Amino acid sequence: MVEILVLCEHDGESVKKVTLELLTLARRFGEPAAVWLGPGAEAGRERLGEFGAAKVYVADGTGLTDHPVAPAAEVLASLEAQAAPAAVLIAATAEGKEVAGRLAVKTGSGVLTDAVDLIPAEDGSGPVAEQSIFGGAIVVRSRVRTGVPIVAVRPNAVTPEPSPAAAELAPVTAELSEGAKAVRTTERVAQERSERPELTEAAIVVSGGRGVGGTDNFALIEKLADSLGGAVGASRAATDAGWYPHQFQVGQTGKTVSPQLYVAVGISGAIQHRAGMQTAKTIMVINKDPEAPIFELADFGVVGDLFKVVPQLTEEIARRRAS
Amino acid sequence: MNIVVCVKQVPDTGAERTLRAEDARLDRAAADGLINELDEYAIEEGLRLVEAHGGEVTILSMGPDAASDSIRKALSMGADKAVHLVDDALAGSDALATSLALATVLRRTGFDLVLLGSESTDARMGVLAAMLAERLGVPQVSLASKVEIDGDAITIYRQTDYGYDRVEASLPAVVSVVEKINEPRYPSFKGIMAAKKKPVETLSLADAGIDPAEVGLGAATTEVISFAARPPRAAGTIVKDEGDGGVKAAEFLATQKFI
Repeated sequence: MVEILVLCEHDGESVKKVTLELLTLARRFGEPAAVWLGPGAEAGRERLGEFGAAKVYVADGTGLTDHPVAPAAEVLASLEAQAAPAAVLIAATAEGKEVAGRLAVKTGSGVLTDAVDLIPAEDGSGPVAEQSIFGGAIVVRSRVRTGVPIVAVRPNAVTPEPSPAAAELAPVTAELSEGAKAVRTTERVAQERSERPELTEAAIVVSGGRGVGGTDNFALIEKLADSLGGAVGASRAATDAGWYPHQFQVGQTGKTVSPQLYVAVGISGAIQHRAGMQTAKTIMVINKDPEAPIFELADFGVVGDLFKVVPQLTEEIARRRAS
Repeated sequence: MNIVVCVKQVPDTGAERTLRAEDARLDRAAADGLINELDEYAIEEGLRLVEAHGGEVTILSMGPDAASDSIRKALSMGADKAVHLVDDALAGSDALATSLALATVLRRTGFDLVLLGSESTDARMGVLAAMLAERLGVPQVSLASKVEIDGDAITIYRQTDYGYDRVEASLPAVVSVVEKINEPRYPSFKGIMAAKKKPVETLSLADAGIDPAEVGLGAATTEVISFAARPPRAAGTIVKDEGDGGVKAAEFLATQKFI
């Protein structure tokens, strides 16, 4: 059976959820073969096998993880030459998309980014990607017509489904080019390390906007997010004002999220914001202005003062959880 | 220092944007064109680096005639000159072809630093900096929220999900910037007047030495099979808070199995 390469997102021991989603999608087109860069493949192997990885290619050379982007593209390109896969799937994170871009130049293959679903073509010509463009206003179906399709898939495209497979470890030798080594990551600085799930991966996201009114008030948003086990996001108005760190911005110039549930608190819903969250499955809105355009997207909306509604909601969730 | 800032003209994100029914390409007539917002941060960073280290800022844009509006805007912010790659045969170019064309021109102009926004607000692929670096064989130092240059050494803060990575390389390099990096200046009246006299070199594919067979719709490695307006979301339930808004919201979340 033809292989589908899946580039793993991991933290050195455990696999991120998006990788399990990619393995689930990959099974629609062939036999998933995970690609693991850096140490920790032994620890991640079981989980990869549980979700269908027949093979795990492991590139664990010295310094592989000391250089951003280029090493992954080099490893994937050499595997592509060796294993002749039918497609390469990568998580559509900012770095994942850069890897996809470099790989496309190396192989001359077409690249699609930000797929929210991946389905077999009716004529068997390979994967068809569904994308949501222009702030979610238009749904596009595209395909790659040159080379081995490279598709960057957004987190939460599918629910991961187990399908046990061997997850046989296959070491690959990775000789990094001088070019790849010329860019060095010398320090990793965690500004907001918390127990919350990562914003782009989270199944539930609670975001605050202008209505939140200040840095301290974001504690309300965080408490609500924590009660739901979700991530915290912010509108551009809130990050521009310095109330919440920029990397949590959801929108046109920030992160794009596609969670199961998106809760927008004190956010009016300008296109700038909608572009980053419109593909959420369920949307809940809390805003005092009944005319706010965000209500057009709401599956459920509360017109009211967020400083009253949000604490009550958080409390009620806790009460229901406890009972 | 010779800094080239790549600038793309995009449809106004505030307008209704759509694809053309006949060829599924961006309908440029449907919305006003303006400079890609994230590229303004790249221009600003280029200007600041030249103010600190000397040199000049060249704007490079690939696009139809109308893209000259964005080029003038960039010049009015303070860039020194511009190169406009314009040719009917470029229409429909995908990311691979765009990077090929821009890389060809960049080799011709030469550069110490190529700056661009982390993505365009229309296609939003976020791949161009990576593709340019790969094609040009120079370091990619991308998603920068801070850029420091010391002689030939460049250090950036690369934005990550958890904060940032400090990333180092040597010039020449390709740098993409995120919105956090600075606050782009508004063109002054003097700047707008001065921009009218600044040199803009217009290149065709033949001028730039690019094979028309390698760009445009015919060379595209991807294609749109179909597109449609997103079906409108079913109207939701909107309640006014009568003192129990939070409880009602929790009830909704419970019926949807989120709690």
